[in-house]
Amino acid sequence: MPLYYDDDQAMLAETAQQFMAEEGAIAKQLRHWRDRDCKDGFGHGLWKQFAEMGFTGMLVDEDDGGLGMGHVEAGIVLENIGRNLTPSPFLSSSVLAATALKHGSDDVRGRWLPGLIEGEKVYSVAIDEGAKHRPETIACKAEKSGNGFKLSGKKDYVVYGASSEMIVVAARTSGGDSDADGITLFAVPQDASGMSHDSVRLVDSSMASHVTFDGVELDGDAVIGEVDGGREVLNKMLMAGRVGAAAEGCGVASGAMDMTVDYLKQRKQFGKLIGEFQALQHRAAHLYSEVEIARAVTIKAAQLLDGGSEKADLMASVAKAKVAKAAGLAVKEGVQMHGGIGMTDEYDIGLYMKRDRALQEFLGDMYYHAGRVAEMSGY
Amino acid sequence: MSDLEAFRAETREWLEANCPPEMRKPVRDEADVYWGGRNATFKNDAQKAWFEVCRDKGYTVPEWPTEYGGAGLSPAEGKILRQEMSRMGARPPLSSFGIWMLGPALLHFGTEGQKQRFLNEIARGEIRWCQGYSEPGSGSDLVSMQTFGEDKGDHWVVNGQKIWTSYADEADWIFCLVRTDKQNKYQGITFMLFDMAGEGVSTKPIKLISGNSPFCETFFDDVKVPKSYGDDIPGYVGEINRGWDVAKYLLGHEREMISGAGGGDRTAAIGAALKRNAGELDAVLRAELAMFDVDALAYSAMGEKFLDELKVGKAHPAQPNMMKYAGTELNKRRHELMMAAGGSLALEWESDETSGGKPARNWLRTKANSIEGGTSEVMLNVISKRILDLPGA
Repeated sequence: MPLYYDDDQAMLAETAQQFMAEEGAIAKQLRHWRDRDCKDGFGHGLWKQFAEMGFTGMLVDEDDGGLGMGHVEAGIVLENIGRNLTPSPFLSSSVLAATALKHGSDDVRGRWLPGLIEGEKVYSVAIDEGAKHRPETIACKAEKSGNGFKLSGKKDYVVYGASSEMIVVAARTSGGDSDADGITLFAVPQDASGMSHDSVRLVDSSMASHVTFDGVELDGDAVIGEVDGGREVLNKMLMAGRVGAAAEGCGVASGAMDMTVDYLKQRKQFGKLIGEFQALQHRAAHLYSEVEIARAVTIKAAQLLDGGSEKADLMASVAKAKVAKAAGLAVKEGVQMHGGIGMTDEYDIGLYMKRDRALQEFLGDMYYHAGRVAEMSGY
Repeated sequence: MSDLEAFRAETREWLEANCPPEMRKPVRDEADVYWGGRNATFKNDAQKAWFEVCRDKGYTVPEWPTEYGGAGLSPAEGKILRQEMSRMGARPPLSSFGIWMLGPALLHFGTEGQKQRFLNEIARGEIRWCQGYSEPGSGSDLVSMQTFGEDKGDHWVVNGQKIWTSYADEADWIFCLVRTDKQNKYQGITFMLFDMAGEGVSTKPIKLISGNSPFCETFFDDVKVPKSYGDDIPGYVGEINRGWDVAKYLLGHEREMISGAGGGDRTAAIGAALKRNAGELDAVLRAELAMFDVDALAYSAMGEKFLDELKVGKAHPAQPNMMKYAGTELNKRRHELMMAAGGSLALEWESDETSGGKPARNWLRTKANSIEGGTSEVMLNVISKRILDLPGA
């Protein structure tokens, strides 16, 4: 498979680009909701529009009413989300939760997928425990109780958790905290008693929850997939989410870079456009190179994932780490090259820096994933 | 089974049957590379057999048309062949600047007569070419070159000096930039083709910091270069005084080649191999290796994307400059890390244990990667100007 978009994907890219530039624009969404101190942190109206565009259920199988598309396609939507800093539950709901639900029973899929596809419902995932992404260790416990389970523990960085109708929770049903096995995934509905959210606003104006489960009673039909066999599905979610986050990061990086390169062509100092200075030209050209490479490996990882390749896990980590490097560089160079104006809230470049920071931490940062690459490579 | 799947199966079978086991081992030294040419010798029977069977199938230049010695493979088939060769570790049957550089220029700018003669000679490994571009006073600023060809009607008389001519002392012919109009900087250069055995051509190897001498100084002292070698075979490529167009086109190919876009060792991850050699890695070195491997694996995806896009005309025309920049900087980093992991053993300059100081010599060699074929700084200039469209660049 060649490493560029086929005709259908190119068409989707054009549609998504146009749609997001108009409907998902920074002034219309990010600033709009932020400046109104919106407790959701995103617009439900836009989520409805996502559904009308077919985005919400794009990864859902056609038999379940979705479009049955792959991660290259989801990446196209995410890159445009990144480029416009569009606050959206797309990555959590339509990529991460949708990947988990794919492995659910007929009942589970029938209960949760239609609401997602129609843009009526928003879902999230609860994986992290603590401030850093360490999915190898899961202490949050689900004990057998009657016909169901009783869930206890804490989860962090649950994106848009308080606004979510359902949260996919990775919990331990057997074994020790660091065991690979013994994990079960649960679809926990919003009204589950004993679940509480400490919802906080993050640096990028998105909302995330510290979620506490205090003996939350769950029916047996809340289980997604096999009891004790959740690690495999969790890994699939993580791969999908990491490749998705990488795609969004590519959008953040190229959005910041384009804005910066434009600025170099407008701003004058010492009687010259600052883009004429070689000191800035070389840094911009180096940045271009890094962003191009990051995009290439992101598409590669998405293709491997869609093809069910064994290399997908490694390349998902490579992509997440490489994008983190490139996007981190893009926003830092962006603010620096904008000079004073880059420090103002009025100007958008700083918003890119904030979004990048949050995205870096989501599902593992550059250090985590580079370490994972080393481990998977055997050193 | 699709046509391509059938081709893959067929190719795999053919390679299994025809590639000798010795030719599936990594290249160890210069003698393992077969360059062809009038005075070429084979290191062993396996090298000879592998070269000949590939030559006869058109696999020295698989994507060139069959009438010019290739196998006429489509880009997709060519990619499959490369993948299958790389899978079994098969060495290239023939390496040459004719294949990498002059060939693409002739395919693009050559006359039918030139293609018939020169491309077939290259494909069959009969003539070994070298490139005459840089001059002592014209490195990054190549277009300022002074080597001059005086027009004598049916021939030129060439005087001047080239430098960094790769393997000029072993080459049969040279493709050479020669100034033919002193008044016109860009449109005053002709891309000439001539025999290195001719009178007035001399070469002098340059000893590098690696101790090796892959490059020469090449001197032209009243060298007679014919304007024609026969019917429809001009002694120059493209038009007279328009050699700069050919040179620029070729620089693109050179940059792709140096960038290692085609994959192979230069884009591979190294962490695991270094741990095997070095034993326990220092924590910070391990971290550096991990970051390197991220960059290397990402770059290999970039190489694949770049080649895929190139084949269908989707790549930005200046993208080879980006590939060259990123690829060579990566390769320098790779060898720094290999030296660090190698410790004092990697310092040995002549020992058998290091195959004659290979780690150190290779490390030093890589320092030229970001100089030859356009420095990293020139690559960044080109990206600024042609891709980012920055002012005054």
